[in-house]
Amino acid sequence: MSDLSQLLDSDPVVATAGTEMLAESIEQQGSMVSRADWSPPYPGTERALIALAADGRMPAANSTAIDRMMSVRPSLVDVRVARDVFGDMTDHTLFHAGPPLEWERASGPMRGAIIGAMLYEGLADDPDDAAARAARGEIELSPCHHHGAVGPMAGVTSPSMPVAVVADAAGDGVSYSTLNEGLGKVLRYGAFAPEVIDRLRWMDGVLGPVLGAALRSGGPIDLRSLIAQALQMGDDGHNRNRAVTSLFLRTIGGVLVDGTDAPVAQRQEVFDFIEGNDHFMLNLVMAAGKLASDAAAGVAASSLVTVMARNGTDFGVRLSGTGDQWFVAPAPPVDGLYLGSFTEDDASPDIGDSTITETVGLGGFAMAAAPAIVGFVGGTAAGAVRRTLAMYEITMAENDAYQIPMLEFRGTPTGIDAAKVVRTGVLPQINTGVAGKVPGTGMVGAGLVEAPIECFAQGIDALAGSLTE
Amino acid sequence: MISRVEIHPGRYHDSVRLMQASKALQGVAGVTDALVAMATELNLGLLADMGFDMDAVSVAGPNDLLLAVRAETEDAIAAAHAVLDDALTHKIAPSGGLDGPDPKTSCSAADRNSANVVLLSVPGEHAFVEAMEALVTGRHVMIFSDNVPIDQEVTLKEFGVANELLVMGPDCGTAIVNGLGLGFANAMRPGSVGMVGASGTGIQQMCCLLDDAGVGVRHALGTGSRDLSEDVGAIATLQALAALDRDPSIEVIVVISKPPAPAVADRVRAAAAACTTPVVVTFMGETTLEEGAGEVLALLGVAARTYGSWEAVQDDHRPGLLRGLFSGGTLRDEARFVAMPALGEIGKKEADPGHTFIDYGDDEYTRGRAHPMIDQTVRIDRLDAAAADESVGVILMDVVLGYGSNADPSAELVPSIERAVAAGAAVVVSLCGTRGDPQDRDRQADRLRSAGASVWLSNAAAAREAARLATTRTTA
Repeated sequence: MSDLSQLLDSDPVVATAGTEMLAESIEQQGSMVSRADWSPPYPGTERALIALAADGRMPAANSTAIDRMMSVRPSLVDVRVARDVFGDMTDHTLFHAGPPLEWERASGPMRGAIIGAMLYEGLADDPDDAAARAARGEIELSPCHHHGAVGPMAGVTSPSMPVAVVADAAGDGVSYSTLNEGLGKVLRYGAFAPEVIDRLRWMDGVLGPVLGAALRSGGPIDLRSLIAQALQMGDDGHNRNRAVTSLFLRTIGGVLVDGTDAPVAQRQEVFDFIEGNDHFMLNLVMAAGKLASDAAAGVAASSLVTVMARNGTDFGVRLSGTGDQWFVAPAPPVDGLYLGSFTEDDASPDIGDSTITETVGLGGFAMAAAPAIVGFVGGTAAGAVRRTLAMYEITMAENDAYQIPMLEFRGTPTGIDAAKVVRTGVLPQINTGVAGKVPGTGMVGAGLVEAPIECFAQGIDALAGSLTE
Repeated sequence: MISRVEIHPGRYHDSVRLMQASKALQGVAGVTDALVAMATELNLGLLADMGFDMDAVSVAGPNDLLLAVRAETEDAIAAAHAVLDDALTHKIAPSGGLDGPDPKTSCSAADRNSANVVLLSVPGEHAFVEAMEALVTGRHVMIFSDNVPIDQEVTLKEFGVANELLVMGPDCGTAIVNGLGLGFANAMRPGSVGMVGASGTGIQQMCCLLDDAGVGVRHALGTGSRDLSEDVGAIATLQALAALDRDPSIEVIVVISKPPAPAVADRVRAAAAACTTPVVVTFMGETTLEEGAGEVLALLGVAARTYGSWEAVQDDHRPGLLRGLFSGGTLRDEARFVAMPALGEIGKKEADPGHTFIDYGDDEYTRGRAHPMIDQTVRIDRLDAAAADESVGVILMDVVLGYGSNADPSAELVPSIERAVAAGAAVVVSLCGTRGDPQDRDRQADRLRSAGASVWLSNAAAAREAARLATTRTTA
């Protein structure tokens, strides 16, 4: 039976957008109506939205892109040294979070992390010397995202750092991330005190080699499975990684004991380091996200968001259908809770590649899975659920691996549709840490931020423009 | 007996959920054994004990999902897969205060109640995006909004035809689908008449007349005011006509349109002639809805009749011009078509000299306020003005009932009608409504009649009466 015959053969079921009166008059006749709380699209995007709808390729393109995103099976296979992994990384290259950036425009925490990385690499004598050299252009800055990599907060990745290698068990993609240093005074939050540098040295001397050896002998580790389990144990994959880190330690524990030739003392240090850092897995969840979103990139006419990333100055977005183009707007301030005596006056604008988690259906999009951190969303579990439910309005799919028990195991809202963002004005909800704005401060808090709509508006405009090319 | 063992790597589910899934699988007809579990050592041991082939699970680990089914037929295996998918995917809506925010797009709203029709009344410049999404996701669309560019209308309708989906509108005010009124629609008893209409009030008048004759309407598929224009070429009218022709429950089809483009009219007539179901074509400017209704009744074998009226004797009204104050464009056009032979030219603009019939549903009068079928402020203002204007002798107005219209129009109109009658003007009302309408048609008629107006269910009859009154007492 055709759809049209079916329409005439059965009682119609109606959804409305617009005048309330039309919905009421249907209810008056005893039929149930579902109403949209419709509002006009973001001003300036009307023509692009019409062009995309008229072109007609976007729905199938989005379906292809989201399928690719969700069919990736990220496996942690190795830990290697950055300069060995990234072919185009020179001794003077530093990768950073977010869209492209120059020293002149860099925020406090980004400058602090660059200074710290230069001290760590022996590229400067002291912080002032590092700043002066960076200002003279002695350092080549390049976004992590341009190299298949991601880094939390400042995301600064230097040649000597160990990087995790995540490969697709169902394809041939590879992604990378630095290893997580812990909280407090750490490079990624812009700190560069001697203790920060010492920890980085330990990480390249002990943590990286030991983990790498353990993975090569006992790996790979299926990250998707760990993340899926962790969501059922109260993680969101961004601001809470306690469960996934515990699961990781259980998984790697046995190999750490008998799968490496490292001295026992080193193995003990590695175990204690991971055990003492609830965010150890954040970077690996991010690399898993990068692998998934990269797989979805490059589908013509697709409005799927493949990257959301901030560098402390700009918030940048990339879409599947617009290739390597960045769509940027000023990085917004974070609505946060602050550590100790820090206040919002101490906070730098939003920073980090960790929004890759939201890009693939985790973080703010999985807030309903993480009741332990509802303090960030007004303190109620219902608030966390509402936050997640709102994201279904702007996403393409319900995740087939990541599920939320409190929502009756509904898959997390996955794959942001930039067209839906500008049509509805519903903004991607991001869980994030907050860095101090003065270089060297470190972490000052954590909280929530909404992605700026201008990025999506520019993206949709460019996507519409790409149709005729 | 067939055995199937599969590994789904990295697919995690909680053990409680998996035990539920295993239980559901064992209940599938033809399935003798089933195990769904994470491939832990314990579960692999269980699998071996159940006698399954262990080759497929040699590389499986505790993070991989294991599915083993033994069944009598391939069909049972397939059924088991379907049951598993069902058991492991989210189905239940969360309860207990876990409501999310309202849906923001019409398709999101439609997802919530599995709607197959999306009804849009968003501003016309935004309707296309919503409508296209509805069509792409397999839903029929009714676009109440006007001011939708005509190229967008054509794109939507062509997509609709290609995908067997109906696009009613833009500027579609009225539709009835299987008895459910959408937009401005009258309550109809079930029946065997199907309509296709490029005119909202045309459909409503036809409903009103058929209802008065005891005939029910099953479908009235609106197509939007421009469907029979040269540019659109009756895409939706031809599609709806064919669909109604295929519907075995439809005995008579009526096509209603505002004056169509001549070439398009010919195409519609040819399609109507090719239908196996009898089709009555009612194009404004050629015939009246009253005549069309008469043809329908004849085809159904219902005796011809005069339609309901609540007449007042007003032959001693003051002489003067005829003022038509309409809320329905088609009712205005039909009244003009009926009255012009007797009265000569009737102006369509307020500034025109002589008799005028104005459509207060036109954009010009609806900016910033609801349609006059809902908000009668402008028409009451003009009614009062006509009563005070000594050059006006007769006032003709329509009152449209049904879902979507003003809940009690006569209550607002009666004081002004009484003043007009007291001032010596004659008032004739074309009352478009059915017995089932929520406003209580007969009560509305009685109150209008008690205020001194002549009330007619047939708009053409009302126009004839108004023209008669206007010609029997002409200005000296």
